[in-house]
Amino acid sequence: MSQKQEEENPAEETGEEKQDTQEKGILPERAEEAKLKAKYPSLGQKPGGSDFLMKRLQKGQKYFDSGDYNMAKAKMKNKQLPSAGPDKNLVTGDHIPTPQDLPQRKSSLVTSKLAGGQVE
Amino acid sequence: MAGAGGGNDIQWCFSQVKGAIDDDVAEADIISTVEFNHSGELLATGDKGGRVVIFQQEQENKIQSHSRGEYNVYSTFQSHEPEFDYLKSLEIEEKINKIRWLPQKNAAQFLLSTNDKTIKLWKISERDKRPEGYNLKEEDGRYRDPTTVTTLRVPVFRPMDLMVEASPRRIFANAHTYHINSISINSDYETYLSADDLRINLWHLEITDRSFNIVDIKPANMEELTEVITAAEFHPNSCNTFVYSSSKGTIRLCDMRASALCDRHSKLFEEPEDPSNRSFFSEIISSISDVKFSHSGRYMMTRDYLSVKIWDLNMENRPVETYQVHEYLRSKLCSLYENDCIFDKFECCWNGSDSVVMTGSYNNFFRMFDRNTKRDITLEASRENNKPRTVLKPRKVCASGKRKKDEISVDSLDFNKKILHTAWHPKENIIAVATTNNLYIFQDKVN
Repeated sequence: MSQKQEEENPAEETGEEKQDTQEKGILPERAEEAKLKAKYPSLGQKPGGSDFLMKRLQKGQKYFDSGDYNMAKAKMKNKQLPSAGPDKNLVTGDHIPTPQDLPQRKSSLVTSKLAGGQVE
Repeated sequence: MAGAGGGNDIQWCFSQVKGAIDDDVAEADIISTVEFNHSGELLATGDKGGRVVIFQQEQENKIQSHSRGEYNVYSTFQSHEPEFDYLKSLEIEEKINKIRWLPQKNAAQFLLSTNDKTIKLWKISERDKRPEGYNLKEEDGRYRDPTTVTTLRVPVFRPMDLMVEASPRRIFANAHTYHINSISINSDYETYLSADDLRINLWHLEITDRSFNIVDIKPANMEELTEVITAAEFHPNSCNTFVYSSSKGTIRLCDMRASALCDRHSKLFEEPEDPSNRSFFSEIISSISDVKFSHSGRYMMTRDYLSVKIWDLNMENRPVETYQVHEYLRSKLCSLYENDCIFDKFECCWNGSDSVVMTGSYNNFFRMFDRNTKRDITLEASRENNKPRTVLKPRKVCASGKRKKDEISVDSLDFNKKILHTAWHPKENIIAVATTNNLYIFQDKVN
């Protein structure tokens, strides 16, 4: 069958590739690390540390706290509240979520398209 | 594994695809979990919109035995709704993180489905008869005036069109502060565990108002947090044993007979790392996204960002087998970090005989590794191979240098097309592969 031609001998190929990987395996990773540090010099020393994990633990947390909101409004008086940037999903720094920032609660009563009569 | 013909090589063929064709994917339609039941007759999917769709394999047509039965929609229901925790000002997604089937005990089917915070036990039952001939009710349900009843009759059951009903039988709520990533049913079929980022709880299927905490890795001071729980599973045969994996690439095996709180592991599985090889990405790519016991219970498989590892439960210091899923991504880690793909959580699965393992990749590719022959294959879930019984052509990614005809270069890979969820029928060579919003079913070629 034609498939045989396209497939190289897996054993040979794996052997060569393996050696290559071991030699160069770590160099591409280090090169990538250098690239990243060049772009973001302030990236923390402990990459796997608290920052990632805390972000993970707070995944999906978008909150509107009326207390915070009203206090901030009172303080700000006529000034604008710091509002969310283009990425509304990230709540950072002084930004206090406003009712406009929260995503619309969507109706979840639509039947899944997997159950629809789609072309198979 | 593929196409050299002859022997035990499997040839995978397209069978079915479910879901919308259009490229504009609504978030709710993103498939978040896929699971066969214990017999393989039922296939459940969960999505980001909190919905569950169950497919049932139709009975094999003995006359036309060129293929196994097709999977058609059996039941669909809204399992979870979006919620808001007012106390913590926290939005709770309705996305179904995991579905696990209970073994069948009677005519009905039961499954557990979970979102970030709440686990639900659903009963799926068939109704094909209904009572007719009530004395005090009309057929349309209106009540009759008892004084107008002059004769009595005995109501009888009459056949009706099959109706499949799903009803929530238990709701296990308020036991998790963090986000649930795993549920696993014990081999005793009475208890199950649920795991979030920092804790694992043990439940009894009948009891919803309490659960036992069996693992707690939350540090007293959250600033000292260094790792989280990423997956957990009960051993398939030993009801006292379970494992949990971490974001640091370790797996801990715990024995519930040792103590009530299993904070001290019985075994710690970790592959030693050469410290000189460490980079910024090391820990992130070592994070285990899935752990699955083999059916035999002798081995377990873990999935980290670039590889699949098979561990012998008797050997803690290194895996017995390691398979590279997409090693060519190692030289792309910087951009994968920037677009967050490096945090994608791929799952993995065993075939029924534990001889082949499968996992997903990008560009709607998925990979299979045959543990006996050591051969591997890359296939693609795509509507281009739509004809039933069309044998899938193996795919190849060209890491560098000259790209051969039919190969695809790393830079052309579509990182938005990820296959995170795959499932293998417990007995047959039938696999379910989920792309972002479509479910593909492939079968081996039956001659």
